[in-house]
Amino acid sequence: MSPDSGHHADSPALLDRGDTRLKDRSGIAGALKAFADRVQSGDLGSLPVVIGLAIIWTVFQTLNPVFLSPRNLVNLLFDCSTVGVISLGIVCVLMVGEIDLSVGSVSGLSSAILGVLWVRLGWPPELAILAALAAGCLIGCLYALLFNRLGMPSFVSTLAGLLGFLGLQLYILGPKGSINLPYESPLVTFGQLLVMPAPVSYALAAVPGALTLVRRLRTARRRRASGLSSRALGGLLLEAGLITVVLEGMAYYLNFARGVPWMFGLFVGLVMAMNYALRSTQWGRSMTAVGGNREAARRAGIDVRLIYASAFALCSTLAAAGGLLSAARLASSNLQAGTVDVNLNAIAAAVIGGTSLFGGRGSAYSALLGIIVIQSIASGLTLLDLSSSLRYMITGGVLAIAVVVDSLARRSRVSHGRA
Amino acid sequence: MTQLADLSASDPRSLVSLRTISKNFGAVSALTEVDLDIFPGEIVALVGDNGAGKSTLVKILAGVLQPSSGAIAFDGAPVTLSNPSAALRLGIATVFQDLALCENLDVVANIFLGRELSPLQLDEVAMEVRAWTLLGELSARIPSVREPVAALSGGQRQTVAIARSLLMNPRVILLDEPTAALGVAQTAEVLNMIERVRDRGLGVVIISHNMEVVRAVADRIVVLRLGRNNGVFPPDASNHDLVSAITGADDNAVSRRARSVAQPRSLNPGRH
Repeated sequence: MSPDSGHHADSPALLDRGDTRLKDRSGIAGALKAFADRVQSGDLGSLPVVIGLAIIWTVFQTLNPVFLSPRNLVNLLFDCSTVGVISLGIVCVLMVGEIDLSVGSVSGLSSAILGVLWVRLGWPPELAILAALAAGCLIGCLYALLFNRLGMPSFVSTLAGLLGFLGLQLYILGPKGSINLPYESPLVTFGQLLVMPAPVSYALAAVPGALTLVRRLRTARRRRASGLSSRALGGLLLEAGLITVVLEGMAYYLNFARGVPWMFGLFVGLVMAMNYALRSTQWGRSMTAVGGNREAARRAGIDVRLIYASAFALCSTLAAAGGLLSAARLASSNLQAGTVDVNLNAIAAAVIGGTSLFGGRGSAYSALLGIIVIQSIASGLTLLDLSSSLRYMITGGVLAIAVVVDSLARRSRVSHGRA
Repeated sequence: MTQLADLSASDPRSLVSLRTISKNFGAVSALTEVDLDIFPGEIVALVGDNGAGKSTLVKILAGVLQPSSGAIAFDGAPVTLSNPSAALRLGIATVFQDLALCENLDVVANIFLGRELSPLQLDEVAMEVRAWTLLGELSARIPSVREPVAALSGGQRQTVAIARSLLMNPRVILLDEPTAALGVAQTAEVLNMIERVRDRGLGVVIISHNMEVVRAVADRIVVLRLGRNNGVFPPDASNHDLVSAITGADDNAVSRRARSVAQPRSLNPGRH
């Protein structure tokens, strides 16, 4: 257990490589083998969604060559961001093994609050936005109260919320109905037009790879210093390089059209922040623990009620934020905002992206990947000029497949001891 | 929980004293006016038949269950253990019979659950090193601490649960059937570990059905029967006395079996 650095990763002196039953998984080949093992045992991660996306894109591209054009993809990213933010909140409640069926209504309510306060009552838009977000947070706290104090299943309380807040949205909008938001306002510009200048998009596309590399290198150095195995430099560089190349390529391609929407940038920023919070903070660890085994988490001294409350509050606040973004996207607070469509798409996106319905497993990135799948289908079917009846059926089918994959993978994980 | 119970009768040296603890589950009283003292540097074994209330008593000490009546004193001062974190804060660590691990988290995450290092930017490296150190002290045979606990065997899980209880340098450690799933060598390691923590001045409560284990380490054996105190024994008490106290009768299944074994294959095994 000598703490000196410079050991090769498979040296028996390393603290975590002492057991002879442990297979050597160092180096790039080892990493690939480890990945194959994981997939085989049912720990699929985002593999199904990536494969699914490839299939969907190939099919739509062959049916309509406009589909993968930069122009269409820019629109796709604008559309992704609104429901994507809502889906990010769904990831939170799914992590603790609960559900929020009312995100659509809450998003509609928040867009109604924005329209009424801003346009009808003449509040400054910043205040109206804050009020809408606060209303979302309050709704989440209400669900938490019902869940923690009265033991009301979130399925029921949020189903009631779905109806109740839809009603409140219609009530607030009143008989005059939809409100058009000022077209020249920064919010609407942000939702419809604002894209990153090309140099900015390239700079930002380099950030995730650079952050990954810096964090991984620091971890590797500290692990070496503590006598633990660490990943080889080659693998780290390869991973960071791959991320950077893919993102830069996407930015380059999108810059043929309008460019990368700022709204999508905001969405990705939120996803990265959530990913950090879920993976690298005590709060995220507690969320995973509560979703995995509530009683064990309680006995470990975690304030389980607070964790549930944070999940519900965050979900509803993000739903409200998504509602604001979609109001900006549509330049109106209308009666149809946040109907069933939004609700199911947000939940479907999280599940399709690989967050388990059974709690305790998931990632912020599943919201990003899942919503791209959902919006690709929607956009592809719109391009093919298919009716919404078909669109519903196909989206429903994709969701069913995603849940089947989740259930099968779960069964496989149980039999491979990876629950 | 009432604070009216008489704490003045408790021994001033005791680390934790329970006085007249009762716990009702509906019409069933799982514990009736049970007293228990835990002294620093002493191993108390809590024995009793199934349903005697051992695990309930441990859960009350761990803050998982709240007593219906009775008083608890820690360091001589009355305390209320209203939730598990209250007990953990006082330094009462517990290894539960069902282990209470999160199967979806890895070994390091389970050991540090609720007590992670640097909450805003988890220090995974330091936590992993400490986890290996703890597991090393227990001679654990765990190939990788980065595997989810679901991948571990029963014995490995038990070791993880024990390692977790030792993490925060507790003052009292409660072990509910700590060796039930362990192999021969690891049982010995755990017993050594229990003696080591006792020698460091901790109070240890161990529940076990295994009389060999109890006799091997206990300094004092407290018997519960049907939710009541039923005698305190030294570790060298005769098996007969212990079994009688546990089952509540001189003539019990164990003694009858002992007698029938003593007269093997007799032509007339009929009872008298």
